[in-house]
Amino acid sequence: MIHSLFLINSSGDIFLEKHWKSVVSRSVCDYFFEAQERATEAENVPPVIPTPHHYLLSVYRHKIFFVAVIQTEVPPLFVIEFLHRVVDTFQDYFGVCSEVVIKDNVVVVYEVLEEMLDNGFPLATESNILKELIKPPTILRTVVNTITGSTNVGDQLPTGQLSVVPWRRTGVKYTNNEAYFDVIEEIDAIIDKSGSTITAEIQGVIDACVKLTGMPDLTLSFMNPRLLDDVSFHPCVRFKRWESERILSFIPPDGNFRLLSYHVSAQNLVAIPVYVKHNINFRDSSSLGRFEITVGPKQTMGKTVEGVMVTSQMPKGVLNMSLTPSQGIHTFDPVTKLLSWDVGKINPQKLPSLKGTMSLQAGTSKPDENPTINLQFKIQQLAISGLKVNRLDMYGEKYKPFKGIKYMTKAGKFQVRT
Amino acid sequence: MSASPAYGEEKGGSGLGEPEYGHDPASGGIFSSDYKRHDDLKEMLDSNKDSLKLEAMKRIVAMIARGKNASDLFPAVVKNVACKNIEVKKLVYVYLVRYAEEQQDLALLSISTFQRGLKDPNQLIRASALRVLSSIRVPIIVPIMMLAIKEAASDMSPYVRKTAAHAIPKLYSLDSDQKDQLIEVIEKLLSDKTTLVAGSVVMAFEEVCPERIDLIHKNYRKLCNLLIDVEEWGQVVIINMLTRYARTQFLSPNQNESLLEENPEKAFYGSEEEDAKEDKPDAASLVKRKPYVMDPDHRLLLRNTKPLLQSRNAAVVMAVAQLYFHLAPKAEVGVIAKALVRLLRSHSEVQYVVLQNVATMSIKRRGMFEPYLKSFYIRSTDPTQIKILKLEVLTNLANETNISTILREFQTYIRSMDKDFVAATIQAIGRCATNIGKVRDTCLNGLVQLLSNRDELVVAESVVVIKKLLQMQPSQHSEIIKHMAKLTDNIQVPMARASILWLIGEYCEHVPKMAPDVLRKMAKSFTGEEDIVKLQVINLAAKLYLTNSKQSKLLTQYVLNLAKYDQNYDIRDRARFIRQLIVPTEKSGVLNKYAKKLFLAQKPAPILESSFKDRDHFQLGSLSHLLNTKAVGYQELPDWPDEAPDPSVRNVEEETSFPLESHIGLLGEHREVPEWTKCTSREKRKEKVEKPFYSDSEGESGPTESADSEPESVSESESESGSGSSSSSGSGSDSGSQGAESGDRSEERRKKKKGKEGPRKAFLDTAGSNPSEEEEEEQGKKGKRKKKPQHEGKGDSGSSWEEGSVSESSSSESDSGSEAEESQSEPESKRRPTPPSSKAAPKATRKGTKEISLLDLDDYRETEARGREGTCPRSPSRPVAELGILGLPEATARVTTAPPQPASSPSVVSTSLVTDLEGLSLTDTSLASTLLSPTFSAVRTHELLHRMAGEGLSVEYCFSRQPFVPDPHMVAVHIQFSNSAEAEVKGLRVCAPRLLPGIRLQEFPEIESLAPGDTASVVMGIDFSDSTQAANFQLCTHSRQFYVSIQPPVGELLAPVFMSENEFKKEQGKLTGMSEITEKLTLPDQCQSDQAIVQRVMVAANVSRVPCGADHVYRFAAKTVTSGSLVLITLERKDGARAQLTVNSEKMVIGTMLVQDVVQALAP
Repeated sequence: MIHSLFLINSSGDIFLEKHWKSVVSRSVCDYFFEAQERATEAENVPPVIPTPHHYLLSVYRHKIFFVAVIQTEVPPLFVIEFLHRVVDTFQDYFGVCSEVVIKDNVVVVYEVLEEMLDNGFPLATESNILKELIKPPTILRTVVNTITGSTNVGDQLPTGQLSVVPWRRTGVKYTNNEAYFDVIEEIDAIIDKSGSTITAEIQGVIDACVKLTGMPDLTLSFMNPRLLDDVSFHPCVRFKRWESERILSFIPPDGNFRLLSYHVSAQNLVAIPVYVKHNINFRDSSSLGRFEITVGPKQTMGKTVEGVMVTSQMPKGVLNMSLTPSQGIHTFDPVTKLLSWDVGKINPQKLPSLKGTMSLQAGTSKPDENPTINLQFKIQQLAISGLKVNRLDMYGEKYKPFKGIKYMTKAGKFQVRT
Repeated sequence: MSASPAYGEEKGGSGLGEPEYGHDPASGGIFSSDYKRHDDLKEMLDSNKDSLKLEAMKRIVAMIARGKNASDLFPAVVKNVACKNIEVKKLVYVYLVRYAEEQQDLALLSISTFQRGLKDPNQLIRASALRVLSSIRVPIIVPIMMLAIKEAASDMSPYVRKTAAHAIPKLYSLDSDQKDQLIEVIEKLLSDKTTLVAGSVVMAFEEVCPERIDLIHKNYRKLCNLLIDVEEWGQVVIINMLTRYARTQFLSPNQNESLLEENPEKAFYGSEEEDAKEDKPDAASLVKRKPYVMDPDHRLLLRNTKPLLQSRNAAVVMAVAQLYFHLAPKAEVGVIAKALVRLLRSHSEVQYVVLQNVATMSIKRRGMFEPYLKSFYIRSTDPTQIKILKLEVLTNLANETNISTILREFQTYIRSMDKDFVAATIQAIGRCATNIGKVRDTCLNGLVQLLSNRDELVVAESVVVIKKLLQMQPSQHSEIIKHMAKLTDNIQVPMARASILWLIGEYCEHVPKMAPDVLRKMAKSFTGEEDIVKLQVINLAAKLYLTNSKQSKLLTQYVLNLAKYDQNYDIRDRARFIRQLIVPTEKSGVLNKYAKKLFLAQKPAPILESSFKDRDHFQLGSLSHLLNTKAVGYQELPDWPDEAPDPSVRNVEEETSFPLESHIGLLGEHREVPEWTKCTSREKRKEKVEKPFYSDSEGESGPTESADSEPESVSESESESGSGSSSSSGSGSDSGSQGAESGDRSEERRKKKKGKEGPRKAFLDTAGSNPSEEEEEEQGKKGKRKKKPQHEGKGDSGSSWEEGSVSESSSSESDSGSEAEESQSEPESKRRPTPPSSKAAPKATRKGTKEISLLDLDDYRETEARGREGTCPRSPSRPVAELGILGLPEATARVTTAPPQPASSPSVVSTSLVTDLEGLSLTDTSLASTLLSPTFSAVRTHELLHRMAGEGLSVEYCFSRQPFVPDPHMVAVHIQFSNSAEAEVKGLRVCAPRLLPGIRLQEFPEIESLAPGDTASVVMGIDFSDSTQAANFQLCTHSRQFYVSIQPPVGELLAPVFMSENEFKKEQGKLTGMSEITEKLTLPDQCQSDQAIVQRVMVAANVSRVPCGADHVYRFAAKTVTSGSLVLITLERKDGARAQLTVNSEKMVIGTMLVQDVVQALAP
């Protein structure tokens, strides 16, 4: 399956390589560099590149290319999904996944990679298991290790892999037993010029942070499970129970994990919580254009819209913009032509707006297209779909855990065409 | 291993690695210091201190990670293989695995350590020793590896066996001569029953011997059943392998589409029944008779993979999707669309792969993705490659109905800043225009407008596309051609210029004046043109010469002369060829005469088609599919066989892994599968017919079981009033019924959406542990586990349990019966789903509460009550109106009377409810008539046409159980029409019945007209030919036609027969052996009494009771309506609640189904 893995940074250096079968020369990456050059942007590098003897499958995350080399037929998603899992694991281990961090922790990275694949076939990809095998570095442990010469490798033999719940490590103990669930919903929408919704969907996830002693068996039920149209589960969730009763029943992994992601059926109309009024005008004759946008709340169920951020990719012809925001900070990068405006909170009494002029390249005709406006925002304590967790029960353990549920609505890919 | 200048890790030593050292700040980059540094490391490795060794190893590993050569340290490192420190050991392993291949002799030093490790009592150490040993690619140790693998394959620990499975491909790649021995090991491991091993061994199987499909036979069912618990990566491999396997072993489910037309499920269901029961004796003849029989194993695979569509792992979802695409009957493939669309939310790499596959699928199965059209809309932030793929999908999905929306989207895309994308959009428009004639002109006009676009690329692309479109109908578009002729002055893109010239040449008769002028201009600029344009100029000249030689003769000569001296030989050749062909000279041959025919022949219009067409001959989701070329090691997806191979190869003697006993008489040997396969297929049929109530009529799901509403609703109200505090117990009963209903509802939803497995599960859960259902071992256990704590928990009334039961209430019906006694004393009874029944009224069963129209009311009352109490225990107050709107498909099985208002409930009835009840009012009459029926006093009404679907016309039917007078072989079906629309409905009649062979239908007389608000009732007769296949026909009104189908529960295919006990016994004696089907069951508390049992049986089937002397034995007799075969039912109560059900009938299919239905009827 996966022969080798190369990590390549944005300047084209291979800064880590790992082979699970016999060694593949790193010159194979030349094909990748070629493709990278052809694709002007990093996202446009094709994920699968055939070379005469190998196939290169890559993912691009955190400004690093993770390039897997394979030699024979294998489902491409298998490799891609695995690479993403590797990145997630690194992130889980080191907090961030960047070139510097990977270089600093190269030994841990290597050990983790060694455990994740055996002969190119995934072996242990659950972070709970991996953490039992190889302890993630913490500042304290680093200090202790330097002094005592002890190691990151767990000194006890891990047993999690052998248990019936392979995603949970064994012997978990906490003094404070707590289980937090974050219901986070993202609205993906395309709004057209006139403000009407072309498409809008809600994608939600429930991220959990469970710190419970022993082997708790949790059930989570919803007030309105029928809202959930399409769901995908963490492997710990019992399919059958969900199928029959619409109840999430699971023995959770220890720590942070994504319990569930769901899609709210398209039949339900999505309440769009914000609107954007825009007036962007390029005039054919003059080299000045008018730019004006206003953001306002709409259907927010009485909650404040925060963390509003407006970005827009201006056409190439725009040289500069002189704008004044009524609140927040805005920046315009004349090189990438990216306008971004960090609005912050929306005060319904005084709607934030950004007004001003654009100076266009003299002599060129006006751009065909008005720029698309991308919107980000957050609404705390609201799940826009109306999903509500009914209750959380714990079985199998005696103590009373502290339970918490948080709701949040965010903008996903929220675009306004102008 | 190919050495590269940048990466010299070959045996040449560290010298070759030199260029790399620049990257390593620690190395200093000087030769001498490099050696010194390595000395340094060696020293550290030789020291006694673990910390020093560790430090050294860490540095070495860092070197390896950076791709530098550390091979000269091998001797120093290998010594530490036996180090006590685990981390040092691990790092040494890392090193060993990396360099052992290069330093084989030295590597052998470490072998003994691993061999020792293989004997360690700790399984993890054994596993890790095997893992490293097998990773050392040293050919000399092949025999040792072989031995180790063999030993590990029979290790106690599944983890070690898993490692053994992993080691197999390693050894195989090292020495392929070991294949035979390895296959033996694989065979052994394949029979392993743990999930841990399954994925890994299938992986090994795929790498070593994918052609040995025969090894899978015996393990097929086990793999299918284990699948859901295998780790995700293993699932992908297993699913892909099983796809291939299924393609070789089963018949195509779509082969007989034309035969079975719209409901293949139904047909195969029926036949499968028979297949399951009686194909043993004469399988061959059956196959011939029946068009298509889905192998139960095939169904098993589809059923067990379906839940995996909800995996978080994109690869698993994709694997299931491709499995369904390649294996499932057409009607079922749709379920994967939703999951695939979900994956589009993932990382862009995942999107890329998924979209490629969606593009391929959407060509074959457009309808599948049509509902998700909007999910493929393009955002300006998508990477270009994703945009282009989405465009591809959108184009594939375009059809007459959605084209206008799609074109509107395309209009936005055309203005995008991403020019590659714009070009692709224009092509897409072209494709839409060719595929959908309706919009061709619109598209063409749009494209012509684009010709005035400022961006040249856009114009050029449009020209090319317009050219292709014009070729389809040139005569109407000479204006456009003229317009394009003018463009030659401005457009510089060679392809576009060439296209215009070709167009003008081809259709010069449409632009007779312009063409020579264009040629003149082109002749002028000829030398400066691109080759492709020059060729077209020559073509144009030639064509003009032939059509209009007067004006263009000299020009042509001039062009040909220019071309004669062109640098490009293609152009010179073309010029010479054309000159010979068109200019008549003495030497020119006979061809000259045909020049016109040659040049001005009618050319077929090009077909614009997707690049994804026919890609599906590659297995979807595979690398080969993505690249559209065969990748190394790709296993062809075989075509379906014409004849199914022997299915018995999959039979396993001892069914330890899946103890599923269905006592189907002598056919008990008939594998584990048929029992539930029947169910799934039945459910599927329901899905198909969209009449979920079939589940009830066939006893699938308890909740909507038929009910004789009259007595029961009375008893319900009795019990309520009897229980004293009416309001609280009332609400208790309500919540109980609501629980039943919500379970029911969710079940139906699932049925509709994706679950065909679900309902079965739901049933199991709701019905609790019916002993006959033990095949779902796990499920059953779960049910019990859940149940027990509730019973126990009641004593100490631990609040957590109480709460738990509330949250589970939607499914905890099974408990409610037993809870009944205690419910009064329960302080929490308010919040508990306790049924109103107590021992005194055992017959006030859930039946009453289950029945839907009651439920509507109950539901309403519940919210009411809750509102009053101010508590909101389970679900938030569900708006009642919802029932009117959303509840449509659910409210299918209705009892024909409006329930008497229970005393506790206020007589506030919501409007929607009122209309609901009004809609039912008519059915009272039918009840009245059926009440006369001697055998039974209630019928359940089924819905034939809902009033929403029927645009105001609602049609219900019931099996009245009265003999159908005109033809005794027919089943009488009472049909009730009620018109709730504004307008009159005229000319109601049956037309165009499409019946399966054997089924006959006696139409009812046409109903002239039905006034608004009016109702009418008719009787029609259907001869179902003793099968439960549906009778499909159309219901026609003056303006509309509705496709409807009536499907009988098996119990309705019978007519009661009166006989004495002796006769019964005599007949029973004749019908033994194959004709006897026995099933054990446990009678629930509610039907301990004779009356309850008899009643329940008689609800389930149209039978008459045979008087009987013995206690605890109930006999019923009937004969089938069509063939008059006897059907005898015996129910024997043993001690306690256990009972045995025996059905004797020649018609084994009917017998088996009847057993199930009766069991269902008697289930709690």
